[in-house]
Amino acid sequence: MLLFLGKRLLQLLPTLFFVSLIIFSLQQLLPGDPALAMAGEERDPAVLEQIRRQYRLDQPLYVQYVYWVGGVLSGNLGESMRLKEPVLTLIAQKFPVTLQLALMAILISLLIGVSAGVISAVKKNTPIDYAVNLVALWGISTPNFWLGIMLIFLFAVYLGWLPASGYVGPLEDFWLSLKTTILPAFVLGNSFAAVLMRHTRSAMLQAMSSDYVRTARAKGLAERKVVLKHAMRNALTPVVTLGALELGTLLSGAVLTEQVFSIPGFGKLIVDSVFNRDYAVVQGVTLVTATTYILLNLLADIAYVLINPRLRS
Amino acid sequence: MARLPYIGLLAGLLLACSPAAAQTTLRIGLAEDPDVLDPTLARTYVGRIVFASLCDKLFDIDDQLNIVPQLALSHATSEDGKTVTIKLRGGVKFHDGTAMDATAVKASLERHMSLQGSFRRPELAAVDKVEIADPATVLLHLKSPFSPLIAQLADRAGMILSAKAIAEEGDKFGLKPVCAGPFKFVERVQQDRIVLEKFADYWNAANVHIDRVVFRPIVESTVRLANLKSGSLDMIERALATDLKEIKADPKLKLATQIEIGYQGLTLNLANGEAGKNGPFGKDPRVRQALEAAIDRKALSDVVFNGEYLPGNQWVSPKNAYYQQKFPVPGRDVAKAKKLLAEAGVATPVSVDFMVPNNPESRQAAEVIQAMAQEAGFDLKIRVTEFATSLNEAEQGRFQAYFIGWSGRVDPDGNSYIFFKCKAPQNNGHFCSKDVDQWLDDARQVNKLEERKAIYEKVAEKYLKEGSIIYLYHRLVIIAHSNKLEGYHQLPDGLVRVVGVRLKP
Repeated sequence: MLLFLGKRLLQLLPTLFFVSLIIFSLQQLLPGDPALAMAGEERDPAVLEQIRRQYRLDQPLYVQYVYWVGGVLSGNLGESMRLKEPVLTLIAQKFPVTLQLALMAILISLLIGVSAGVISAVKKNTPIDYAVNLVALWGISTPNFWLGIMLIFLFAVYLGWLPASGYVGPLEDFWLSLKTTILPAFVLGNSFAAVLMRHTRSAMLQAMSSDYVRTARAKGLAERKVVLKHAMRNALTPVVTLGALELGTLLSGAVLTEQVFSIPGFGKLIVDSVFNRDYAVVQGVTLVTATTYILLNLLADIAYVLINPRLRS
Repeated sequence: MARLPYIGLLAGLLLACSPAAAQTTLRIGLAEDPDVLDPTLARTYVGRIVFASLCDKLFDIDDQLNIVPQLALSHATSEDGKTVTIKLRGGVKFHDGTAMDATAVKASLERHMSLQGSFRRPELAAVDKVEIADPATVLLHLKSPFSPLIAQLADRAGMILSAKAIAEEGDKFGLKPVCAGPFKFVERVQQDRIVLEKFADYWNAANVHIDRVVFRPIVESTVRLANLKSGSLDMIERALATDLKEIKADPKLKLATQIEIGYQGLTLNLANGEAGKNGPFGKDPRVRQALEAAIDRKALSDVVFNGEYLPGNQWVSPKNAYYQQKFPVPGRDVAKAKKLLAEAGVATPVSVDFMVPNNPESRQAAEVIQAMAQEAGFDLKIRVTEFATSLNEAEQGRFQAYFIGWSGRVDPDGNSYIFFKCKAPQNNGHFCSKDVDQWLDDARQVNKLEERKAIYEKVAEKYLKEGSIIYLYHRLVIIAHSNKLEGYHQLPDGLVRVVGVRLKP
C-alpha cells in the first residue's frame, strides 16, 4: 500500500508540471489584452504601458512563465491585477466556501442518489421503480440555473424561509450558514443525485443477479442483509469513482450555481478573473483545483481498495 | 450607595434596549464586484458607488450637475487660468483620526499624479504642481488653463486620502482604505461583501442616520431583485428597465431614477486599420448619415427598454445644460437614408461588420438596429463578442461598427475630448479633424458655460455629421429600494449617497 501511494505521489510531479504548462499557455490564447481589460473605460496609453511593465506583460512568454513557476515554488502565486490582493489570500478565502458547498452537495446527492438507486433496483419494474426513474430524468434534465432561480422565488420571496442568496461561514453562524448553503447545495446535488441513482441502479441490478447474492439468499439470509451487506457493497465501487470525480469537479467551482446564489467561491472567482483577464488568479486557482482533482483521484483509488478487499492483492 | 452600580447597569441595559440604540444596517445590492478600493488605482463605475460612502471628494455635484463643495469650501481660478486656489473645510478628520488639511490634499493629489498604474494621472494631467499656501489652502498650478479641472476633482481624482495611510500602505492602500467619508472601512470579502461603519467624527455626522452599510455584489439582476423583494437587501442598483413594472406594482418597494450622464451609441470605424480604410464609413460621411437616418431611436427605446431610456443624439443628454438645442434628436427617415446612400455611390446592401458586446441588452438593441438599417440598404452582420475581447478588437480596428457606451463624466469635456481628438485613446473610429481638435482645446480654456457651449456648438455641427459616433440613447439610472428607506435622492451620476438617508425599523 505504501509503495502504491509513493508511486502515485511521484506521478503527481510531472502531471503538475504539464498542467502548469497547459494552464499558462492556454490562457495566453485568450483574446484580449489584460492591461486593456483591466483599464476598461480608463484607457490612457501611458497608464496601460505602466501596467504592462508592472506585471511583466511586455516580457516574452517564457520569461513570464519562469517568473510564475519561480513564484509558485516559493509559495507565491502572484497578485491579482484587479484587486491588488495576493492570489493565495483569495484562494484561502474561497476554498473553504467551495469545499463546504461541494461536501454538502455530495452528501445530498449520495443520500438521494444511492438510496433511490437501491430502491429502484430492488423494486425493479414496479411503479416505484418507474417513479424514481422519472424523478431522476427530471433531475438530470433540469438546468441548475433555472432550478436555482425557482427555488429562490419559492423559499426566499414567497415563503420567506431562507435567504435569497449570499453566504455566511459555519464558524460565524452555523444555522445561518446552513440556511444560506442548503439551496445551492441542493441544486448542485440534485443533478448529480440523478446520475448516481442511474449508476447505482444498474450496478445493483448486476450485483443482485450475481452468484454470491444467490448463494447468500440460498443460505437463508434476510433480504435486507443480502441487499445492504452483499449486493450494495460491491455495487458501490463505481459510485465511489463517480463521487470522487464529481467532488473534484465541484471543488473547481460551480460557476452557474455560485453566480445565481452569489456564493463567493472558486467558480465566481475564476469567471470574474477570466473576464477581467486577471491571469495570476486564473493560473493560481486552476493550479490548486488541478492538484485537488489529482489528489481526489488518488483518494478514490485508495477507497476502492478499502471497499473491495479483493483489489488489495 | 452600594446600589448605585446596579442602577447604572440597569440604566445601561435600558439604553441598549431602547429603539434609539438599535443598529441600522443598510444592505445594498451591487451589479458587479468592485475592483480595488483605492481611488488612485480604481477604474470601475461600481467602485465609485462604494467610494461615495467611503471617500469624500474636494467637490461634489447636485441635481443639475453644478459643482458643490464637499471637503473644499470654495475654489477660485486666477485671471490667466493657470492657478486654482482651493480653500479647505476646517476640522475634518480622516478615519484614522489624522487631520484632513492642505498637506493631505497635496499628498493625495501627488499620489494620483505619480503612483505607478494610476488611472487618475490623465485626469490631472493639466496640473503642474500642488502648493500648500496655508493648512487650509492649496494652490494648483496648471500647465495651461483647464476648465474641467473642478469637475475632475468632483470625482475620484478629488478624493483625499489619509497621508499617514498612504505612506504606510503604499500601493496596498486599497486593501484597507482610509479616507474622510461618512463611513469607514470594516472588511471586504471578495465577491461577497464590503462592510462599512459610521464614522463618528465625520464632518457632517449629524446627517448620517445609518450605522452600517453592507455592499453585496449580485450579478444576476433577477436574483438582485429577488433579494430586495424578500427583504434580504434594502436597495439595489441597476435594476432592469424591463423590471420597472414589477417594482412599481410592489407596495413594499420604491424607485429612484435619473437619466444617466453617459450615453450608448454606435462607434463607426472611419480609418482604423484595414476594416476602417476599406469599410463603408470612411469613404463618405453620407454613409454614416444614412445609417443614422435609418434608426428610429424612440422605437428602439420603446421596443427594448419599455420606453424608459431617453433617445439622444449628442454626447450629453437632452436634459444637460450643454445639449445643443440647435441639433435636436432626428426622427427616422428611410427615404433620406436611401437617397444619401445613392448620393454616396455605394453599392447596396452596404455590408457592415457590427461588433456587439455579449450582454442581453446590447444584443437585443443591436438586433433592432439591424432590422431598421436593413430597410435602408444596410446589411449589419452582428458579431457578438465577449467584452474584454471587444475592447481589444476596437483598439486594433477589427470592426466597422461597435455598439458601445460610456458611463459619462460630469463635465462635457469628459464625454468628448478623449473620443474626438485625433489619436486620442478612446478614438477607436479614428475620426480626425484639426478644427475639432482646436475647438476642443479652446473649450478647455474658458470657464463660462455660455462661452464653452458656443464652442461646443461648432464641434457638434461638424461631429454629428462626420464623426465616428452615432449617439442613440441615455439609460435610466434605476435604483430600487425598500419603502422603509426615507430621504433617498438619486443624482444623475448613478452613485448611491447615503448621507441624509434614514432606515425605518
